Amino acid sequence: MDYIRAFVVGGLICVIAQILMDKTKLTPARILVLYVTIGAILGGFGIYKKLIDFGGAGATVPLLGFGNSLAQGAIKAVKKDGIIGAFTGGLTATAGGISAAVFFGYLFSIIFNPKTKK
Amino acid sequence: MAQKKMGLQTVKFVNPPSIISSGTIVGPKEGQGPLKDYFDVILTDDTYGEKSWEKAECKMFQDSVNLALKKASLNINDIDYLIGGDLLNQIITSSFAARQFNVPTFGLYGACSTMAEGLSIGSMLIDGGFADYVIVTTSSHFSTAERQYRFPLEQGVQRPFTAQWTVTGSGSSLLSSTGSGPYITHVTTGKVVDLGMKDANNMGAAMAPAAADTIITHFNDTGFTINDYDLIITGDMARVGKSILMELLNKDGLNIEDKYKDCGIEIYDESQDVHSGGSGAGCSAVVLNGWLLSQIKNGTFNRVLFIATGALLSPTSTQQGESIPGIAHAVTISRYT
Repeated sequence: MDYIRAFVVGGLICVIAQILMDKTKLTPARILVLYVTIGAILGGFGIYKKLIDFGGAGATVPLLGFGNSLAQGAIKAVKKDGIIGAFTGGLTATAGGISAAVFFGYLFSIIFNPKTKK
Repeated sequence: MAQKKMGLQTVKFVNPPSIISSGTIVGPKEGQGPLKDYFDVILTDDTYGEKSWEKAECKMFQDSVNLALKKASLNINDIDYLIGGDLLNQIITSSFAARQFNVPTFGLYGACSTMAEGLSIGSMLIDGGFADYVIVTTSSHFSTAERQYRFPLEQGVQRPFTAQWTVTGSGSSLLSSTGSGPYITHVTTGKVVDLGMKDANNMGAAMAPAAADTIITHFNDTGFTINDYDLIITGDMARVGKSILMELLNKDGLNIEDKYKDCGIEIYDESQDVHSGGSGAGCSAVVLNGWLLSQIKNGTFNRVLFIATGALLSPTSTQQGESIPGIAHAVTISRYT
């Protein structure tokens, strides 16, 4: 049942992005930024947590989940360190994901060469 | 008084230059398309053994020049001018390729209209008595153009259905003051037309008004009618642009439907998933120098109006939200003078 819920939530998030790509003039980069921002806003108001409780990885893996982590990290750090936490908390909470993206991005750029689309 | 000028934008040549030979080289995808039998060389690998796609495109440019020279049994030293153009910033393909040739060179940028622009200027040089042999070459490469104009290939961005596929290929036409045709008898130089289109993924729509303007001007200037032509072929309007162009011309009472083709539609089969069709400076160049000239020589078409269309955007202008100006140049290619 967890799998089905994750599948439905993750799938719906991606379907919305696909509709935005097909029906609007928004570039993919703008949609990505939009998703991070929406995730941070929903996370800040505590709404996204409900989606994670229901859909698990279906809600944390898409980019909305990254926005949510930024917001949660900032809120947590503000409670601990005061206002400076608003600047440090987001990246601290997401450091693992960001470092992994840089590391694996670099690693794979060394191993593989880009190819033309078929 | 310009004696060879006709009407507003057209030149009629007194001694029409002859296209005495041509060279074409294309990538693997173009080599699987419906025109595959007409190309001189089909690459199996679009890096062409080079370290970058830019280097590969440069090598293709050089090869298409050499193929055209070889077929005419000429040497590069026999050539008075090389006229080259491509899509990359500062036309590096043409300039870097020309390093090898040691020949007087004009570099042109007319985006995808460059083949017709080059043929126009080359023909003027010859009929003006400034040259006996001029070689006109253009090229484009899917992977170099895509990452310059749109997104890095590694990003794997989805392409909308109005998007066109940049042709990987290079084509050369060798023009001569003597020869037995096909001849370039008239050229109509286009104006830059911009109706405010902004979508770099829908260039056919941006170019259609320019193409319509040039076609109508050509008929007005020369007094030709549709019946004087066996074929009217545009460079890379593709499916979206083609239907817009026909609609625009219909409004002016010009119905070209029965005689109209587009290089960007001809070069790929619909099953090749290129969406609207092909584009790029190499698109019209390889279709003209591969398929079309052979059809003129064998008499399938006696007189053809070749209109290469260009979308004059730059990556910077797109990012700054500028609209896309279009241009189209028309060249009359005839089996007889």
